[in-house]
Amino acid sequence: MPTHTVSAFTTELNALTSDVLRMGGLTEAMIAEMATAFARGDQDLAARVIEADDEVDELESKLEREIMRLLALRQPVSRDLRGIIAALKVSNDLERIGDLAKNVCKRLIAMGDEHGNTGQKSVERMSKAVRLQLKAVLDAYATENAQEAIDVWLHDDEIDEHYNSMFREVLTYMMEDPRKISLGAHLLFIAKNLERIGDHCTNIAEVVHFFVTGDDLPLTRPQVSEIGQTREA
Amino acid sequence: MNSPVLPSAEPAFRGEAQTIADPKVSLRNVTVKYGDVVAIDDVTFDIPGCAVTALIGPSGCGKSTFLRCINRMNETIPICRVTGDVLIDGENIMKKEVDTVLLRARVGMVFQQPNPFPKTIFDNVAYGPRIHGLASSKADLEEIVQTSLQRAGLWEEVKDSLHRPGTSLSGGQQQRLVIARAIAINPEVILMDEPCSALDPVATARIEELIDDLRTNYCIVIVTHSMSQAARISQYTGFLDRGKLIETGTTEQIFTRPQDTRTNDYITGRYG
Repeated sequence: MPTHTVSAFTTELNALTSDVLRMGGLTEAMIAEMATAFARGDQDLAARVIEADDEVDELESKLEREIMRLLALRQPVSRDLRGIIAALKVSNDLERIGDLAKNVCKRLIAMGDEHGNTGQKSVERMSKAVRLQLKAVLDAYATENAQEAIDVWLHDDEIDEHYNSMFREVLTYMMEDPRKISLGAHLLFIAKNLERIGDHCTNIAEVVHFFVTGDDLPLTRPQVSEIGQTREA
Repeated sequence: MNSPVLPSAEPAFRGEAQTIADPKVSLRNVTVKYGDVVAIDDVTFDIPGCAVTALIGPSGCGKSTFLRCINRMNETIPICRVTGDVLIDGENIMKKEVDTVLLRARVGMVFQQPNPFPKTIFDNVAYGPRIHGLASSKADLEEIVQTSLQRAGLWEEVKDSLHRPGTSLSGGQQQRLVIARAIAINPEVILMDEPCSALDPVATARIEELIDDLRTNYCIVIVTHSMSQAARISQYTGFLDRGKLIETGTTEQIFTRPQDTRTNDYITGRYG
């Protein structure tokens, strides 16, 4: 795309995108370290992930201020406007993703000695799946690729399936051994947090699609319900 | 990500140029040439009634020439040749038998520089109704002058000085006087050629508010260099570039999701 006649505007828009991508990189790393912390039961690493969330929050505030300034001073329209709104919305979703990864780590610390092998594989699998979703949607944003955004959007089913199977798995642990109820509750919250990260990835996918094409994605997407039956949600 | 081949989802919403069901003004394959130079190149455009339609485009793209097609003002330029049809309410105004004086009473025009006649404020507004015989008595004429000035939002400021010269008013007031003069003869269409470019922001805001009021009764076509003005006051927008009509649509659509990259580049300031 040709640059603006006022070239400073192009520079400012590019800076916006790179800040969003930096936020994305940070949240991606948070999810990866969260998964490692969980796999090893590493409480120190979990604590570092919790701290890292501050940087994500700061970046979000910085982006918000910059976007307000651009809207006031440049009065963007068309694709520029869509790009700026996209940056605002994507940064908001990334901030929430950071919070959710932080919550998982907080729970890991709360679980303390209870943390064991139970559910470990499932959390690992699900963490990996959401991290790949996040990576894919950030790539779609960086390369302004609507088709990749659609792929991410359709892929959320996989996360939902992970969530449903983990839900069933944890329920059986709790039924088999009442001493595991407390651990099971923690695991269920962790699963829910990861599932929410997946939802934020699909939100970002929708934003990217609108940014690139100017068209909204449909409101409904095939989903797998919590009881495991396919339905049109 | 290792993904299976997934189908493209059908978008729920796709912006499309809307067709105007009942256009007030229609241009059909209009071409305007100044000598050998093509100023308007085969333009077909429907303009709705009771709405503001903005024409945007870079300098020299033919916006003013386009506007002058609607009241046949181009004919006053000796080397100018216009072909194609221009319809108002379905009637072709390009026909030879159409009286241009009557046509220009139906299609009023407001210019960039306010151009009041060197007469009193009253006579400026009364001029049109007089020559077109729209008033049957003095009281009738006074009423037309008053309502026109009221509709132009100028009455309160000039009601005690109607016999001062129109040129004694400020730029913004003169522009509103000229608009009052245009609406005094009860036109159907009002053409505005950059009516605010010589005005300060406050006077501009008053004219914009006035334009918004007027659109309930008139078909307004406005040429503007200010993209933000087009976005603020118009409901429909057409983008002209080098004599060609590149894209038309609702203003909301043109400014949020134009279909043509040339439109996007122009309105986002990537032109030239």
